[in-house]
Amino acid sequence: MTATPVIEGWFTTGDEPRLLASRCTACSNVVFPPVSSDAGAAAFYCRNPACDGTEYDAVELSRTGTVWSYTDAQYQPPAPYIAPTDPFQPFALAAVELPEGIVVLGQVADGFGVRDLLVGTEVELVVETLNVDETGERTIYRWRPVA
Amino acid sequence: MSVVIAGAGMHPWGKWGRNFTEYGVHAAREALKDAGIAWADVDLVVGGETVRNGYAGYVAGSTFAQALGWNGARIATSYAACATGAQAIDTARARILAGMSEVALVVGADTTPKGFLAPNAGERWNDPDWLRFRLLGMTNPAYFALYARRRMDLYGATSEDFAQVKVKNAKHGLGNPNARFRKESSVAEVLASPMVSDPLHLLDICATSDGAAAVVLVSAEYARRHGIAAPVTVAAVSTVTPTFPNTVIDMPLLSTDSSALTGVPERTFKEAIGQAAYEEAGIDPSDVDVAEVYDLSTALELDWIEDLQLCKRGEAEALLRAGDTTIGGRIPVNPSGGLACFGEAVPAQAIAQVCELTWQLQGRAEGRQVEGAKVGITANQGLFGHGSSVILSV
Repeated sequence: MTATPVIEGWFTTGDEPRLLASRCTACSNVVFPPVSSDAGAAAFYCRNPACDGTEYDAVELSRTGTVWSYTDAQYQPPAPYIAPTDPFQPFALAAVELPEGIVVLGQVADGFGVRDLLVGTEVELVVETLNVDETGERTIYRWRPVA
Repeated sequence: MSVVIAGAGMHPWGKWGRNFTEYGVHAAREALKDAGIAWADVDLVVGGETVRNGYAGYVAGSTFAQALGWNGARIATSYAACATGAQAIDTARARILAGMSEVALVVGADTTPKGFLAPNAGERWNDPDWLRFRLLGMTNPAYFALYARRRMDLYGATSEDFAQVKVKNAKHGLGNPNARFRKESSVAEVLASPMVSDPLHLLDICATSDGAAAVVLVSAEYARRHGIAAPVTVAAVSTVTPTFPNTVIDMPLLSTDSSALTGVPERTFKEAIGQAAYEEAGIDPSDVDVAEVYDLSTALELDWIEDLQLCKRGEAEALLRAGDTTIGGRIPVNPSGGLACFGEAVPAQAIAQVCELTWQLQGRAEGRQVEGAKVGITANQGLFGHGSSVILSV
Protein backbone atom coordinates (compact mmCIF):
# COMPACT_ATOMS: atom_id res chain seq x y z
CA MET A 1 0.00 0.00 0.00
CA THR A 2 1.68 3.18 -1.18
CA ALA A 3 0.70 6.76 -1.79
CA THR A 4 0.15 7.46 -5.49
CA PRO A 5 -1.19 10.55 -7.24
CA VAL A 6 -4.87 10.18 -8.07
CA ILE A 7 -4.04 11.41 -11.56
CA GLU A 8 -0.78 10.91 -13.38
CA GLY A 9 1.36 13.75 -14.68
CA TRP A 10 -0.44 16.71 -13.06
CA PHE A 11 1.93 17.36 -10.15
CA THR A 12 5.24 16.30 -8.65
CA THR A 13 5.51 14.99 -5.10
CA GLY A 14 8.17 15.33 -2.40
CA ASP A 15 9.03 18.23 -0.11
CA GLU A 16 8.45 20.95 -2.67
CA PRO A 17 5.73 19.68 -4.99
CA ARG A 18 4.81 21.59 -8.12
CA LEU A 19 2.04 21.53 -10.70
CA LEU A 20 3.07 20.28 -14.14
CA ALA A 21 1.95 22.18 -17.22
CA SER A 22 2.41 21.92 -20.98
CA ARG A 23 4.25 24.80 -22.67
CA CYS A 24 3.97 25.36 -26.40
CA THR A 25 7.42 25.12 -28.01
CA ALA A 26 6.44 27.75 -30.61
CA CYS A 27 4.84 30.58 -28.57
CA SER A 28 5.47 29.43 -24.97
CA ASN A 29 1.80 29.61 -23.97
CA VAL A 30 1.32 27.46 -20.87
CA VAL A 31 -1.72 25.26 -20.16
CA PHE A 32 -2.80 23.44 -17.03
CA PRO A 33 -3.97 20.68 -16.72
CA PRO A 34 -1.11 19.35 -18.86
CA VAL A 35 -1.88 17.61 -22.13
CA SER A 36 -1.84 13.87 -21.62
CA SER A 37 -2.68 11.79 -24.64
CA ASP A 38 -2.27 8.75 -22.35
CA ALA A 39 -5.43 9.95 -20.63
CA GLY A 40 -7.19 10.15 -23.99
CA ALA A 41 -6.57 13.84 -24.73
CA ALA A 42 -6.34 15.03 -28.29
CA ALA A 43 -2.87 15.82 -29.55
CA PHE A 44 -1.49 19.12 -28.26
CA TYR A 45 -3.04 22.06 -30.05
CA CYS A 46 -1.80 25.40 -28.75
CA ARG A 47 -4.77 27.40 -27.38
CA ASN A 48 -3.28 30.71 -28.46
CA PRO A 49 -5.31 31.53 -31.61
CA ALA A 50 -2.27 33.25 -33.13
CA CYS A 51 -0.20 30.05 -32.89
CA ASP A 52 -0.58 26.71 -34.63
CA GLY A 53 1.97 24.94 -32.44
CA THR A 54 1.56 21.21 -31.87
CA GLU A 55 4.69 20.48 -29.82
CA TYR A 56 5.05 21.09 -26.13
CA ASP A 57 7.46 20.76 -23.24
CA ALA A 58 6.45 19.63 -19.79
CA VAL A 59 7.22 22.44 -17.36
CA GLU A 60 6.76 23.03 -13.64
CA LEU A 61 4.61 25.94 -12.45
CA SER A 62 5.44 28.22 -9.52
CA ARG A 63 4.82 26.71 -6.09
CA THR A 64 3.19 29.82 -4.67
CA GLY A 65 0.43 32.11 -5.81
CA THR A 66 -2.31 34.40 -4.53
CA VAL A 67 -5.94 33.53 -3.87
CA TRP A 68 -8.31 34.73 -6.64
CA SER A 69 -11.30 33.50 -4.66
CA TYR A 70 -12.32 30.73 -2.28
CA THR A 71 -15.24 28.80 -0.85
CA ASP A 72 -16.01 25.46 0.75
CA ALA A 73 -18.20 22.38 0.38
CA GLN A 74 -20.44 22.00 3.40
CA TYR A 75 -22.46 19.18 1.81
CA GLN A 76 -20.93 16.03 0.38
CA PRO A 77 -20.47 16.45 -3.39
CA PRO A 78 -21.98 13.73 -5.60
CA ALA A 79 -19.96 10.88 -7.14
CA PRO A 80 -17.39 10.53 -8.59
CA TYR A 81 -16.26 12.52 -5.53
CA ILE A 82 -15.16 10.03 -2.85
CA ALA A 83 -15.47 11.27 0.71
CA PRO A 84 -12.29 10.37 2.66
CA THR A 85 -14.21 10.27 5.95
CA ASP A 86 -17.57 8.99 7.16
CA PRO A 87 -19.31 11.16 8.16
CA PHE A 88 -18.31 13.68 5.52
CA GLN A 89 -16.10 16.55 6.70
CA PRO A 90 -16.50 19.91 4.92
CA PHE A 91 -13.42 21.12 3.04
CA ALA A 92 -12.36 24.41 1.49
CA LEU A 93 -11.56 25.21 -2.14
CA ALA A 94 -9.49 28.01 -3.65
CA ALA A 95 -8.81 29.41 -7.11
CA VAL A 96 -5.20 30.57 -7.08
CA GLU A 97 -3.48 32.98 -9.46
CA LEU A 98 0.06 31.92 -10.32
CA PRO A 99 2.87 34.15 -11.63
CA GLU A 100 2.44 32.36 -14.99
CA GLY A 101 -0.85 34.29 -15.41
CA ILE A 102 -3.02 31.25 -14.89
CA VAL A 103 -5.66 30.59 -12.21
CA VAL A 104 -5.76 27.01 -10.89
CA LEU A 105 -8.56 25.57 -8.78
CA GLY A 106 -7.73 23.22 -5.93
CA GLN A 107 -8.82 22.02 -2.55
CA VAL A 108 -7.36 23.81 0.45
CA ALA A 109 -5.01 21.86 2.73
CA ASP A 110 -6.43 19.89 5.65
CA GLY A 111 -6.99 22.02 8.70
CA PHE A 112 -7.61 25.27 6.80
CA GLY A 113 -10.96 26.84 5.95
CA VAL A 114 -12.48 29.98 4.45
CA ARG A 115 -11.68 31.82 7.70
CA ASP A 116 -7.98 31.50 6.86
CA LEU A 117 -8.33 33.04 3.40
CA LEU A 118 -8.93 36.36 1.66
CA VAL A 119 -8.70 37.40 -1.97
CA GLY A 120 -4.96 38.01 -2.30
CA THR A 121 -3.81 35.59 0.44
CA GLU A 122 -0.49 33.95 -0.44
CA VAL A 123 -0.69 30.15 -0.67
CA GLU A 124 1.71 27.34 -1.56
CA LEU A 125 1.25 23.95 -3.15
CA VAL A 126 1.20 20.82 -0.99
CA VAL A 127 0.29 17.21 -1.73
CA GLU A 128 -2.14 15.44 0.58
CA THR A 129 -4.35 12.38 0.68
CA LEU A 130 -7.59 12.70 -1.31
CA ASN A 131 -8.95 9.25 -0.48
CA VAL A 132 -7.82 5.71 0.23
CA ASP A 133 -8.74 2.80 -2.01
CA GLU A 134 -7.59 -0.81 -2.53
CA THR A 135 -4.26 0.41 -3.96
CA GLY A 136 -3.54 2.65 -0.97
CA GLU A 137 -3.57 6.42 -0.53
CA ARG A 138 -4.51 8.47 -3.57
CA THR A 139 -2.93 11.92 -3.35
CA ILE A 140 -3.88 15.30 -4.80
CA TYR A 141 -2.33 18.77 -4.93
CA ARG A 142 -3.78 21.31 -2.52
CA TRP A 143 -3.31 24.98 -1.58
CA ARG A 144 -2.05 25.88 1.88
CA PRO A 145 -1.87 29.42 3.27
CA VAL A 146 1.75 30.52 3.71
CA ALA A 147 2.35 31.02 7.42
CA MET B 1 -35.49 42.25 -43.05
CA SER B 2 -36.06 41.45 -39.42
CA VAL B 3 -37.33 38.58 -37.34
CA VAL B 4 -40.16 39.00 -34.85
CA ILE B 5 -41.66 36.94 -32.08
CA ALA B 6 -45.25 36.14 -33.02
CA GLY B 7 -46.08 34.18 -29.89
CA ALA B 8 -44.65 32.84 -26.65
CA GLY B 9 -45.74 30.01 -24.40
CA MET B 10 -44.56 28.07 -21.38
CA HIS B 11 -45.34 25.03 -19.31
CA PRO B 12 -45.20 26.06 -15.64
CA TRP B 13 -41.97 25.16 -13.84
CA GLY B 14 -42.17 22.50 -11.12
CA LYS B 15 -40.88 19.10 -10.11
CA TRP B 16 -43.07 16.27 -11.36
CA GLY B 17 -40.62 13.94 -13.09
CA ARG B 18 -42.87 13.48 -16.12
CA ASN B 19 -41.58 12.98 -19.68
CA PHE B 20 -40.03 16.23 -20.96
CA THR B 21 -41.98 15.87 -24.23
CA GLU B 22 -45.23 16.57 -22.38
CA TYR B 23 -43.92 19.88 -21.10
CA GLY B 24 -42.50 20.79 -24.51
CA VAL B 25 -45.69 20.06 -26.43
CA HIS B 26 -47.70 22.08 -23.92
CA ALA B 27 -45.37 25.09 -24.30
CA ALA B 28 -45.34 24.73 -28.11
CA ARG B 29 -49.14 24.68 -28.32
CA GLU B 30 -49.35 27.69 -25.98
CA ALA B 31 -46.92 29.63 -28.19
CA LEU B 32 -48.77 28.70 -31.39
CA LYS B 33 -52.09 29.70 -29.81
CA ASP B 34 -50.52 32.97 -28.63
CA ALA B 35 -49.35 33.63 -32.20
CA GLY B 36 -52.63 32.52 -33.78
CA ILE B 37 -50.63 30.30 -36.11
CA ALA B 38 -51.55 26.70 -36.96
CA TRP B 39 -49.02 23.90 -36.41
CA ALA B 40 -49.45 22.99 -40.08
CA ASP B 41 -47.94 26.38 -41.02
CA VAL B 42 -44.72 25.82 -39.08
CA ASP B 43 -41.88 25.03 -41.51
CA LEU B 44 -39.01 24.75 -39.01
CA VAL B 45 -38.78 23.27 -35.51
CA VAL B 46 -35.67 23.89 -33.44
CA GLY B 47 -35.48 21.88 -30.24
CA GLY B 48 -33.28 22.52 -27.26
CA GLU B 49 -31.49 19.30 -26.46
CA THR B 50 -31.75 17.79 -23.00
CA VAL B 51 -28.89 15.49 -22.02
CA ARG B 52 -30.70 13.77 -19.17
CA ASN B 53 -33.54 12.14 -21.06
CA GLY B 54 -31.99 9.56 -23.38
CA TYR B 55 -32.13 9.54 -27.16
CA ALA B 56 -35.40 11.47 -27.35
CA GLY B 57 -33.62 14.32 -25.61
CA TYR B 58 -30.62 14.25 -27.98
CA VAL B 59 -32.97 14.69 -30.95
CA ALA B 60 -35.36 17.10 -29.21
CA GLY B 61 -36.32 18.91 -32.43
CA SER B 62 -37.49 15.64 -33.92
CA THR B 63 -39.13 14.53 -30.67
CA PHE B 64 -41.29 17.65 -30.47
CA ALA B 65 -42.11 17.60 -34.20
CA GLN B 66 -43.21 13.99 -34.02
CA ALA B 67 -45.25 14.59 -30.85
CA LEU B 68 -47.04 17.49 -32.54
CA GLY B 69 -47.62 15.20 -35.56
CA TRP B 70 -45.17 15.04 -38.48
CA ASN B 71 -45.93 17.99 -40.74
CA GLY B 72 -42.87 17.81 -42.96
CA ALA B 73 -41.13 20.77 -41.28
CA ARG B 74 -37.35 20.97 -41.28
CA ILE B 75 -35.86 20.27 -37.88
CA ALA B 76 -32.74 21.14 -35.93
CA THR B 77 -31.56 20.46 -32.40
CA SER B 78 -29.26 22.73 -30.45
CA TYR B 79 -27.13 22.08 -27.43
CA ALA B 80 -25.18 24.81 -25.68
CA ALA B 81 -25.74 23.89 -22.01
CA CYS B 82 -27.51 26.79 -20.26
CA ALA B 83 -27.27 28.80 -23.50
CA THR B 84 -29.15 26.12 -25.48
CA GLY B 85 -32.27 28.24 -25.91
CA ALA B 86 -30.39 31.21 -27.33
CA GLN B 87 -28.56 29.01 -29.79
CA ALA B 88 -31.87 27.45 -30.85
CA ILE B 89 -33.40 30.90 -31.35
CA ASP B 90 -30.29 31.97 -33.29
CA THR B 91 -30.62 28.97 -35.59
CA ALA B 92 -34.27 29.73 -36.30
CA ARG B 93 -33.56 33.42 -36.81
CA ALA B 94 -30.71 32.74 -39.26
CA ARG B 95 -32.89 30.50 -41.40
CA ILE B 96 -35.67 33.09 -41.48
CA LEU B 97 -33.19 35.88 -42.32
CA ALA B 98 -31.82 33.73 -45.14
CA GLY B 99 -35.32 33.44 -46.56
CA MET B 100 -35.31 29.68 -45.99
CA SER B 101 -38.06 29.67 -43.36
CA GLU B 102 -41.17 31.72 -42.67
CA VAL B 103 -42.49 30.27 -39.42
CA ALA B 104 -40.13 28.69 -36.90
CA LEU B 105 -41.10 27.06 -33.63
CA VAL B 106 -38.37 26.99 -30.97
CA VAL B 107 -38.96 24.68 -28.00
CA GLY B 108 -36.92 23.72 -24.95
CA ALA B 109 -38.06 21.36 -22.18
CA ASP B 110 -36.45 19.43 -19.38
CA THR B 111 -36.98 17.00 -16.55
CA THR B 112 -34.24 17.29 -13.95
CA PRO B 113 -33.10 15.10 -11.06
CA LYS B 114 -33.07 16.24 -7.44
CA GLY B 115 -30.05 17.76 -5.72
CA PHE B 116 -26.66 18.76 -7.12
CA LEU B 117 -26.35 18.32 -10.87
CA ALA B 118 -23.85 15.46 -11.17
CA PRO B 119 -21.76 14.46 -14.20
CA ASN B 120 -22.66 11.54 -16.45
CA ALA B 121 -21.74 8.09 -15.11
CA GLY B 122 -18.55 6.14 -15.88
CA GLU B 123 -14.84 6.87 -15.39
CA ARG B 124 -13.88 9.73 -17.66
CA TRP B 125 -10.38 10.92 -16.79
CA ASN B 126 -10.25 13.28 -19.74
CA ASP B 127 -13.58 15.04 -19.09
CA PRO B 128 -13.20 18.21 -17.00
CA ASP B 129 -16.83 17.91 -15.91
CA TRP B 130 -16.02 14.50 -14.38
CA LEU B 131 -12.57 15.44 -13.08
CA ARG B 132 -13.80 18.46 -11.13
CA PHE B 133 -15.91 16.14 -8.99
CA ARG B 134 -13.39 13.30 -8.73
CA LEU B 135 -10.33 15.42 -7.96
CA LEU B 136 -11.79 18.42 -6.17
CA GLY B 137 -15.43 17.77 -5.22
CA MET B 138 -16.17 21.02 -7.06
CA THR B 139 -19.97 21.37 -7.41
CA ASN B 140 -21.84 24.02 -9.40
CA PRO B 141 -22.67 26.05 -6.25
CA ALA B 142 -18.97 26.08 -5.36
CA TYR B 143 -18.23 27.93 -8.61
CA PHE B 144 -21.06 30.39 -7.88
CA ALA B 145 -19.60 30.84 -4.39
CA LEU B 146 -16.16 31.77 -5.79
CA TYR B 147 -17.74 34.66 -7.72
CA ALA B 148 -19.85 35.66 -4.69
CA ARG B 149 -16.87 35.71 -2.33
CA ARG B 150 -14.92 37.86 -4.76
CA ARG B 151 -17.71 40.46 -4.66
CA MET B 152 -17.47 40.52 -0.86
CA ASP B 153 -13.71 40.88 -0.71
CA LEU B 154 -13.39 43.34 -3.62
CA TYR B 155 -16.59 45.42 -3.46
CA GLY B 156 -17.83 45.02 0.10
CA ALA B 157 -20.93 42.98 -0.76
CA THR B 158 -22.59 41.37 2.24
CA SER B 159 -24.61 38.21 2.80
CA GLU B 160 -27.56 40.54 3.41
CA ASP B 161 -27.10 42.00 -0.09
CA PHE B 162 -27.22 38.54 -1.63
CA ALA B 163 -30.30 37.67 0.44
CA GLN B 164 -31.93 40.90 -0.71
CA VAL B 165 -31.67 39.71 -4.34
CA LYS B 166 -33.69 36.64 -3.35
CA VAL B 167 -36.22 38.79 -1.49
CA LYS B 168 -36.63 41.03 -4.54
CA ASN B 169 -36.97 38.17 -7.01
CA ALA B 170 -39.37 36.28 -4.74
CA LYS B 171 -41.58 39.37 -4.68
CA HIS B 172 -41.36 39.75 -8.46
CA GLY B 173 -42.38 36.15 -9.10
CA LEU B 174 -45.28 36.08 -6.62
CA GLY B 175 -47.92 36.58 -9.29
CA ASN B 176 -46.18 34.76 -12.14
CA PRO B 177 -48.36 31.76 -13.04
CA ASN B 178 -45.38 29.94 -14.59
CA ALA B 179 -43.10 30.27 -11.56
CA ARG B 180 -42.48 27.22 -9.37
CA PHE B 181 -41.79 29.07 -6.11
CA ARG B 182 -44.37 31.77 -5.39
CA LYS B 183 -43.74 32.80 -1.83
CA GLU B 184 -42.29 35.92 -0.25
CA SER B 185 -38.87 35.55 1.29
CA SER B 186 -37.03 37.56 3.92
CA VAL B 187 -33.37 38.33 4.48
CA ALA B 188 -33.55 36.49 7.82
CA GLU B 189 -35.01 33.41 6.13
CA VAL B 190 -32.24 33.30 3.52
CA LEU B 191 -29.53 33.76 6.14
CA ALA B 192 -31.09 31.04 8.32
CA SER B 193 -31.11 28.50 5.47
CA PRO B 194 -28.22 26.00 5.51
CA MET B 195 -24.84 27.18 4.19
CA VAL B 196 -24.04 25.15 1.05
CA SER B 197 -20.79 26.73 -0.16
CA ASP B 198 -19.65 29.70 1.88
CA PRO B 199 -20.91 32.46 1.46
CA LEU B 200 -23.94 31.03 -0.33
CA HIS B 201 -26.91 29.65 1.58
CA LEU B 202 -29.40 27.17 0.19
CA LEU B 203 -31.84 29.99 -0.60
CA ASP B 204 -29.13 31.91 -2.49
CA ILE B 205 -28.85 29.06 -4.98
CA CYS B 206 -31.38 28.16 -7.65
CA ALA B 207 -33.04 24.76 -7.71
CA THR B 208 -33.27 22.44 -10.70
CA SER B 209 -36.74 22.21 -12.20
CA ASP B 210 -38.95 20.64 -14.81
CA GLY B 211 -40.37 23.11 -17.30
CA ALA B 212 -40.71 24.16 -20.91
CA ALA B 213 -40.74 27.33 -22.98
CA ALA B 214 -41.42 28.02 -26.63
CA VAL B 215 -41.50 30.94 -29.03
CA VAL B 216 -42.80 31.26 -32.58
CA LEU B 217 -40.47 33.32 -34.78
CA VAL B 218 -41.57 34.72 -38.13
CA SER B 219 -40.25 37.25 -40.59
CA ALA B 220 -41.55 40.80 -40.10
CA GLU B 221 -43.05 40.52 -43.56
CA TYR B 222 -44.98 37.36 -42.62
CA ALA B 223 -46.21 39.10 -39.45
CA ARG B 224 -47.56 42.00 -41.51
CA ARG B 225 -49.15 39.73 -44.10
CA HIS B 226 -50.90 37.65 -41.44
CA GLY B 227 -51.84 40.53 -39.12
CA ILE B 228 -49.83 39.22 -36.16
CA ALA B 229 -50.82 41.37 -33.17
CA ALA B 230 -48.04 43.11 -31.21
CA PRO B 231 -44.99 41.47 -32.78
CA VAL B 232 -41.77 41.94 -30.81
CA THR B 233 -38.55 42.44 -32.78
CA VAL B 234 -35.54 40.22 -32.14
CA ALA B 235 -32.92 42.99 -32.25
CA ALA B 236 -29.92 40.83 -31.36
CA VAL B 237 -28.93 37.29 -30.48
CA SER B 238 -25.40 37.10 -29.12
CA THR B 239 -23.95 33.60 -29.01
CA VAL B 240 -20.29 34.62 -28.93
CA THR B 241 -17.53 32.41 -27.55
CA PRO B 242 -14.63 33.60 -25.35
CA THR B 243 -11.59 35.36 -26.76
CA PHE B 244 -8.16 34.09 -25.71
CA PRO B 245 -7.10 34.41 -22.99
CA ASN B 246 -10.24 33.63 -20.97
CA THR B 247 -8.98 34.74 -17.57
CA VAL B 248 -12.07 34.20 -15.40
CA ILE B 249 -12.46 30.62 -14.23
CA ASP B 250 -15.52 29.03 -15.84
CA MET B 251 -17.53 26.06 -14.65
CA PRO B 252 -16.60 23.18 -15.08
CA LEU B 253 -12.92 23.98 -15.77
CA LEU B 254 -10.07 23.60 -13.29
CA SER B 255 -8.04 26.53 -14.62
CA THR B 256 -8.04 29.62 -16.80
CA ASP B 257 -6.01 30.40 -19.88
CA SER B 258 -2.68 32.06 -19.17
CA SER B 259 -2.57 35.83 -19.62
CA ALA B 260 1.25 35.83 -19.75
CA LEU B 261 1.54 36.24 -23.53
CA THR B 262 -1.10 38.86 -24.24
CA GLY B 263 -2.13 40.36 -20.89
CA VAL B 264 -5.65 40.46 -19.50
CA PRO B 265 -8.17 41.21 -22.27
CA GLU B 266 -10.20 44.43 -22.38
CA ARG B 267 -13.43 42.55 -21.67
CA THR B 268 -14.19 39.37 -19.77
CA PHE B 269 -16.17 36.71 -21.60
CA LYS B 270 -19.39 37.66 -19.84
CA GLU B 271 -18.86 41.34 -20.63
CA ALA B 272 -18.25 40.42 -24.27
CA ILE B 273 -21.54 38.50 -24.47
CA GLY B 274 -23.58 41.61 -23.68
CA GLN B 275 -21.35 43.94 -25.69
CA ALA B 276 -21.86 41.83 -28.83
CA ALA B 277 -25.62 42.02 -28.32
CA TYR B 278 -25.57 45.82 -27.91
CA GLU B 279 -23.45 46.22 -31.04
CA GLU B 280 -25.72 43.96 -33.07
CA ALA B 281 -28.83 45.82 -31.92
CA GLY B 282 -27.13 49.20 -32.36
CA ILE B 283 -28.13 50.36 -28.89
CA ASP B 284 -26.42 51.37 -25.64
CA PRO B 285 -26.87 49.85 -22.19
CA SER B 286 -28.66 53.07 -21.21
CA ASP B 287 -31.43 52.20 -23.70
CA VAL B 288 -32.39 49.05 -21.76
CA ASP B 289 -35.66 49.17 -19.79
CA VAL B 290 -35.70 45.66 -18.35
CA ALA B 291 -33.31 42.72 -18.01
CA GLU B 292 -33.69 39.00 -17.39
CA VAL B 293 -30.35 37.63 -16.21
CA TYR B 294 -29.21 34.21 -15.06
CA ASP B 295 -29.39 34.26 -11.26
CA LEU B 296 -28.02 30.76 -10.72
CA SER B 297 -27.08 32.37 -7.43
CA THR B 298 -28.25 35.64 -5.92
CA ALA B 299 -24.73 37.05 -6.17
CA LEU B 300 -24.48 36.12 -9.84
CA GLU B 301 -27.36 38.48 -10.63
CA LEU B 302 -25.18 41.31 -9.33
CA ASP B 303 -22.30 40.17 -11.57
CA TRP B 304 -24.56 40.11 -14.64
CA ILE B 305 -25.90 43.61 -13.95
CA GLU B 306 -22.33 44.87 -14.22
CA ASP B 307 -21.39 42.56 -17.10
CA LEU B 308 -24.31 44.06 -19.06
CA GLN B 309 -23.00 47.56 -18.21
CA LEU B 310 -26.24 48.51 -16.45
CA CYS B 311 -23.96 50.05 -13.81
CA LYS B 312 -20.22 50.33 -13.23
CA ARG B 313 -18.14 47.45 -11.86
CA GLY B 314 -18.62 47.11 -8.12
CA GLU B 315 -21.79 49.21 -8.01
CA ALA B 316 -24.52 46.57 -8.35
CA GLU B 317 -25.04 46.38 -4.59
CA ALA B 318 -25.69 50.13 -4.48
CA LEU B 319 -28.23 49.71 -7.30
CA LEU B 320 -29.93 46.88 -5.42
CA ARG B 321 -30.00 48.74 -2.11
CA ALA B 322 -31.55 51.80 -3.80
CA GLY B 323 -34.35 49.63 -5.21
CA ASP B 324 -33.28 50.42 -8.78
CA THR B 325 -33.50 46.76 -9.85
CA THR B 326 -36.98 46.27 -8.38
CA ILE B 327 -40.06 46.65 -10.59
CA GLY B 328 -40.80 50.38 -10.49
CA GLY B 329 -37.08 51.19 -10.17
CA ARG B 330 -34.69 52.58 -12.77
CA ILE B 331 -33.74 49.25 -14.35
CA PRO B 332 -35.83 46.30 -13.13
CA VAL B 333 -33.96 43.00 -13.21
CA ASN B 334 -35.68 39.61 -13.33
CA PRO B 335 -39.30 40.79 -13.19
CA SER B 336 -40.29 37.16 -13.89
CA GLY B 337 -38.86 36.22 -10.52
CA GLY B 338 -35.78 34.78 -12.21
CA LEU B 339 -34.25 31.43 -11.44
CA ALA B 340 -34.92 32.19 -7.76
CA CYS B 341 -38.63 31.56 -8.47
CA PHE B 342 -38.26 29.11 -11.35
CA GLY B 343 -35.28 26.89 -10.70
CA GLU B 344 -33.30 25.91 -13.75
CA ALA B 345 -34.70 23.78 -16.57
CA VAL B 346 -31.54 23.96 -18.68
CA PRO B 347 -32.67 23.77 -22.34
CA ALA B 348 -35.81 25.82 -21.64
CA GLN B 349 -34.35 28.59 -19.52
CA ALA B 350 -32.92 30.95 -22.13
CA ILE B 351 -36.19 30.64 -24.07
CA ALA B 352 -38.15 31.38 -20.89
CA GLN B 353 -36.16 34.59 -20.49
CA VAL B 354 -37.24 35.59 -24.01
CA CYS B 355 -40.89 34.67 -23.25
CA GLU B 356 -40.85 36.96 -20.23
CA LEU B 357 -39.38 39.89 -22.16
CA THR B 358 -41.90 39.33 -24.95
CA TRP B 359 -44.76 39.69 -22.51
CA GLN B 360 -43.09 42.64 -20.79
CA LEU B 361 -42.67 44.53 -24.07
CA GLN B 362 -46.25 43.71 -25.08
CA GLY B 363 -47.48 45.03 -21.72
CA ARG B 364 -48.96 41.65 -20.84
CA ALA B 365 -46.89 40.73 -17.77
CA GLU B 366 -49.80 40.87 -15.38
CA GLY B 367 -48.86 41.53 -11.77
CA ARG B 368 -45.19 42.15 -12.61
CA GLN B 369 -45.32 44.62 -15.51
CA VAL B 370 -42.40 47.00 -16.04
CA GLU B 371 -44.37 50.04 -17.19
CA GLY B 372 -43.52 51.35 -20.63
CA ALA B 373 -40.75 48.82 -21.33
CA LYS B 374 -39.58 49.10 -24.95
CA VAL B 375 -36.19 47.39 -24.88
CA GLY B 376 -35.21 44.30 -22.94
CA ILE B 377 -32.05 42.21 -22.70
CA THR B 378 -31.43 38.65 -21.51
CA ALA B 379 -28.11 37.19 -20.42
CA ASN B 380 -26.75 33.82 -19.56
CA GLN B 381 -23.74 31.65 -20.18
CA GLY B 382 -23.56 27.96 -21.00
CA LEU B 383 -20.59 26.00 -19.81
CA PHE B 384 -17.79 25.32 -22.33
CA GLY B 385 -17.86 28.83 -23.80
CA HIS B 386 -21.47 29.40 -24.84
CA GLY B 387 -22.57 33.02 -24.71
CA SER B 388 -26.26 33.92 -24.64
CA SER B 389 -27.80 37.36 -24.78
CA VAL B 390 -30.96 38.33 -26.63
CA ILE B 391 -32.22 41.87 -27.11
CA LEU B 392 -35.89 42.42 -27.89
CA SER B 393 -37.51 45.72 -28.78
CA VAL B 394 -40.85 47.20 -29.78
